[in-house]
Amino acid sequence: MKFEKLTSKTVVVPVDNIDTDQIIPARYLKAISKDGLGEGLFVDWRKNPDGSLKPDFPLNKPEAKGAQILVSGDNFGCGSSREHAPWALVQNGFHAVISTSFADIFKGNALKNGLLPVIVPPDVHKKLLNSPGMVVTIDLAAQKLTLADGTSVEFPIDSFAKRCLLDGVDELGYMLQQEPKIAAFEAAHPGAINTAAGR
Amino acid sequence: MKPRTIVQKIWDSHVVAHEPGAPDLLYIDLHLTHEVTSPQAFATLRERGLKVRRPDLTIATMDHSTPTYALNLPVLDPVGRAQLEQMEKNCNDFGIRLYNRHSDHQGIVHVIGPEQGLTQPGMTVVCGDSHTATHGAFGALAFGIGTSQVGHVLATQCLLQTPSKTYAIRVNGTLKKGVSAKDIILAVIAEIGIGGGTGCVFEYLGSTIRGLSIEERMTVCNMSIEGGARAGLVAPDDTTYQYINGREYAPKGADWDAAVARWKTLPSDEGSQYAHELTLDASSLEPMVTFGTNPGMGIPISGRIPDPASVSNPLEKSDLTKALKYMDLEPGKLLQGHPINVVFVGSCTNSRISDLRAAASIIKGRKVSPKVRMLVVPGSQQVKHQAEAEGLDKIFREAGADFREAGCSMCLAMNGDQLEPGEYSVSTSNRNFEGRQGKGGRTFLASPLTAAASAITGVVTDVRTLL
Repeated sequence: MKFEKLTSKTVVVPVDNIDTDQIIPARYLKAISKDGLGEGLFVDWRKNPDGSLKPDFPLNKPEAKGAQILVSGDNFGCGSSREHAPWALVQNGFHAVISTSFADIFKGNALKNGLLPVIVPPDVHKKLLNSPGMVVTIDLAAQKLTLADGTSVEFPIDSFAKRCLLDGVDELGYMLQQEPKIAAFEAAHPGAINTAAGR
Repeated sequence: MKPRTIVQKIWDSHVVAHEPGAPDLLYIDLHLTHEVTSPQAFATLRERGLKVRRPDLTIATMDHSTPTYALNLPVLDPVGRAQLEQMEKNCNDFGIRLYNRHSDHQGIVHVIGPEQGLTQPGMTVVCGDSHTATHGAFGALAFGIGTSQVGHVLATQCLLQTPSKTYAIRVNGTLKKGVSAKDIILAVIAEIGIGGGTGCVFEYLGSTIRGLSIEERMTVCNMSIEGGARAGLVAPDDTTYQYINGREYAPKGADWDAAVARWKTLPSDEGSQYAHELTLDASSLEPMVTFGTNPGMGIPISGRIPDPASVSNPLEKSDLTKALKYMDLEPGKLLQGHPINVVFVGSCTNSRISDLRAAASIIKGRKVSPKVRMLVVPGSQQVKHQAEAEGLDKIFREAGADFREAGCSMCLAMNGDQLEPGEYSVSTSNRNFEGRQGKGGRTFLASPLTAAASAITGVVTDVRTLL
């Protein structure tokens, strides 16, 4: 999935430690495809028990429509390893999440789905939290986030993940090309177990 | 040579390729799969015409979506049933050994791996499940992965990974009566917070950890992810070897001796450097219980619910306020004595035979409060059989608890076992997130001892009052 430059307004969910159970509850995990997972995004925060929308939830506000960047509190995506979380975000039109930190597994899952985790320092984070709807630009090649006031900040990203996103490198394809090295490793390291033999 | 930690040693011995500009290509010794996080990965394999590279290093079970009612009943939920059927098909099509709902080896993925001797020291172990860290109890580097990576491992038996930092967690001293492994890990997480270990692997060290059984070490390692660490491990020792020896997939004969000799080289070298360190005095610990909506929101059983007014960081203050509102709890009060509706003993954290024995030791000769519904869900069919052989099932049933079939059950409420909105549980599982055990449900995480004691009294209880 390619990613270059993105300019969008933000939607702000100012909560720390948003876990993947909130991003998409477990009852949506019975799916055997990725179809329709977007409906589960923040569903218990977004909807009342009767299915009506909670007007106060940031994603439900009219001004949030069309936002492609989510701003959250610290440690976004903690908890369960479910890749359904980035799938649900992407299906709702999000291409980036901005926070001060991300849980490790979520960060890896997001990058594999064209969803960019953007880590910013606390002062920039504060500005974003305080101005929901701010139009910002993310330049992946320059690893630069530019705010509406023109100030910009560099953000870190793993160089390989960056290359995958910019050039559309297919990670599994890259790994498959390593076949000779994998075969050589296997020849030198016979597995300790065999779950298939003689059974 | 520079001293290396066990994490570095395992890493170094599994690097298949190291190309400039790319993460290490790391070989995976054991890939555990289950029905929830694998279907889209198998779909990728089909789309691309790929095979599973090493079905002999792959094992599959059904645990998350499986009902825990009688095995002779069909799976009533059509969506859950479809997922289980898809798992059968995927494993058949790709030649993977599957322990299905009717297998004698079925169970929670993190219970069956160790139980069968599949998990061994020095291995790299992955699963599309964040609690894969459980296998670290054996001195394996074990971590959770997403579904894309499940596909990568199925197709190549490898992962592209950058090394993590190692975080030393030292626990020394003797645990008091009524205080258990679960209380250690809840105390660690309360101390460092749920993001405290981000980017790290925990290595658990110290005399208390050395004194724990393998099952207790599994409980500790299991919740590493709740402290933000993708993996957590304990260097292997005689306790480890004794547990593995004789199990189905354990090395035999001369292979066993060679394996043990190799495993003995794994512990971290004297003088190893750690990125972070935390030291905990086990003798000062009380039974722990969580009050909030993440596992870091834990207090000693005698403690009071924190007051948002005393928190200065505005986001932390609003998070605590939000948590207490969801939990409908008042700041400054004791949690002890708070009425509950459900007790759940189970999950990959606490569903092994020693956990069931601990709960039964409190339940025996007593009755579950009429106000409480108690579910005991063994981690595997093997655990269930063992519990039955020891008469634990009778102890639970005679006390009024429900003793069920194996699976993840009410830990994440995918299979129909769930809290009703507003209900409170004391649960031996690992997450108290909003709605984790059922929409609107409220979870107090605790040890099997605390859970059992609370089932008897109908309120959050200090188990030491019943010992």
